Amino acid sequence: MANTAGAGFRGSVENIGRGSLSLIDEFGYYLALVVECLYWIFVGPFKRQPVKIAATFEQMVEIGMAALPIVFILSFSIGVMLAIQGIHTLKQFGAEEQVVLGIALSVMREFGPLITGILVAGRTGSALAAKVGTMQVNQEIDALRVMGINPVRYLVCPVVIAMLVMLPCLTLFADLAAMFGGAVYCKLGLGLSYVAYSDQAAVFLNANDILQGLIKSVVFAVIITLVGVTNGFSVLGGAEGVGRSTTRAVVLSISYIVLADMTFTYFLNR
Amino acid sequence: MAKKVAIEVNQLVTHYGPRKILDGIDLEINEREIMIIMGGSGSGKSTLLRHLLGLHTPTSGTIKLLGTDITTATAAQLYELRRNMGVSFQGGALLSSMTVGENVRLPLREHAEIAEETIGFMARLKLELVNLGGFEHLMPSELSGGMVKRAALARAIVMDPELLFFDEPSAGLDPVAASELDDLILKLRDSLNMTIVVVTHELDSAFKIADRITVLDQGKILLSDSVEAVKESEIPRVQDLLNRRSRHEEIDPDEYINRLTGVITD
Repeated sequence: MANTAGAGFRGSVENIGRGSLSLIDEFGYYLALVVECLYWIFVGPFKRQPVKIAATFEQMVEIGMAALPIVFILSFSIGVMLAIQGIHTLKQFGAEEQVVLGIALSVMREFGPLITGILVAGRTGSALAAKVGTMQVNQEIDALRVMGINPVRYLVCPVVIAMLVMLPCLTLFADLAAMFGGAVYCKLGLGLSYVAYSDQAAVFLNANDILQGLIKSVVFAVIITLVGVTNGFSVLGGAEGVGRSTTRAVVLSISYIVLADMTFTYFLNR
Repeated sequence: MAKKVAIEVNQLVTHYGPRKILDGIDLEINEREIMIIMGGSGSGKSTLLRHLLGLHTPTSGTIKLLGTDITTATAAQLYELRRNMGVSFQGGALLSSMTVGENVRLPLREHAEIAEETIGFMARLKLELVNLGGFEHLMPSELSGGMVKRAALARAIVMDPELLFFDEPSAGLDPVAASELDDLILKLRDSLNMTIVVVTHELDSAFKIADRITVLDQGKILLSDSVEAVKESEIPRVQDLLNRRSRHEEIDPDEYINRLTGVITD
């Protein structure tokens, strides 16, 4: 007869195995979702099952336009913060004038995309997980499937397209807002005129810096959508499960965003 | 005239994880027939329905709906088939972000290339049929349980499908609303020539609307026969279900002790 100690050891090994399997499972799911989205976006129209344009625009408004005020406030604050820190640090070398370079590069390459990504993960990623999760719990997803309406085409593709368009736009907007925040503080703290500020920024910045930020934002858009949707579809156990999945979606997508950001920064700056 | 078979299930075996749920199901449902699938909780009746709807892939066996084997059908074949079937889910499963009218119009919008006015007309026609005329601008959350079920039914029949499935139609309804829904199911079969499959454990409702009843227990079909034959069946489990008797199972003492102490014995 087996003893309980043996069962305990076996249990922990089982847990490690289950954990690894579910991780592989999840990444497989992300990949399958990407393939399915591409299929519906590019092949769907030829099968008389196109992605609805109206729904896509609705999502664009929801993801992009509705987020403008909060993106502006956060990015503006980041710009001010960078200016304060930059001036304080550079004062020690008597090089306050160089602060514009610091602000411009950090904003375009890092803070613009990162702040926007984190914000949209919190706004849209969570909403997506909650929406899909609730639909899953209420059998609405099943209802769509038996009606011959593919849930990925109907629910996910409009969001994917909207995110891919709107996140870079929001990032660009965040870049401008943060630069503006920096300019306001430089004017107050250093007496640097707006014209001088923008001239300096224009000298230091090149297209590559802005492009780096935009490429990142596209990657973040994919991460937020995939993680949100996957957690929504995998909801188990009623309303409580929806809450758990929503939290998980936000935490995971922010983690993936930061990790992806680090990786990209490393490779883009070699 | 020979009866035509609308749904044909052959040796269906399904698992949920390592657990076997359905164990060799053979079932034939004729055209224009109301087939009730009955059984206690955990008998596998909901699983059978989900497989009939093509929501899961079975371990083995075939399921033919209107001549198409959905276990091997291509996506295009399934797509065609699904335009020809309607489902009324237990909780209604109306899309909560849309009004009742938009919900009912959804299948038409997605599948039929017809003018918006016609779509609106057809949707209102079906809402009238389920006594929900004038409610199309309400959100699902503003409806009562019975109304949600009827709205879901309107959505299920808006494409005039040949196959109609119900999951627990009378669950959560008061006796009057449940009885009205039963009448509606009978009306649909007679006026729209549908083949109807109902999963339920409500005996009164089952006896009222059924042409034939299939009784499931522990993943197997106990019997599949006319209402009278089921009522007169000698099978103890069927009689337990019909007479609301508790089940009397023999317990294996060793297995019982092992389950309680959590010892792994394999």
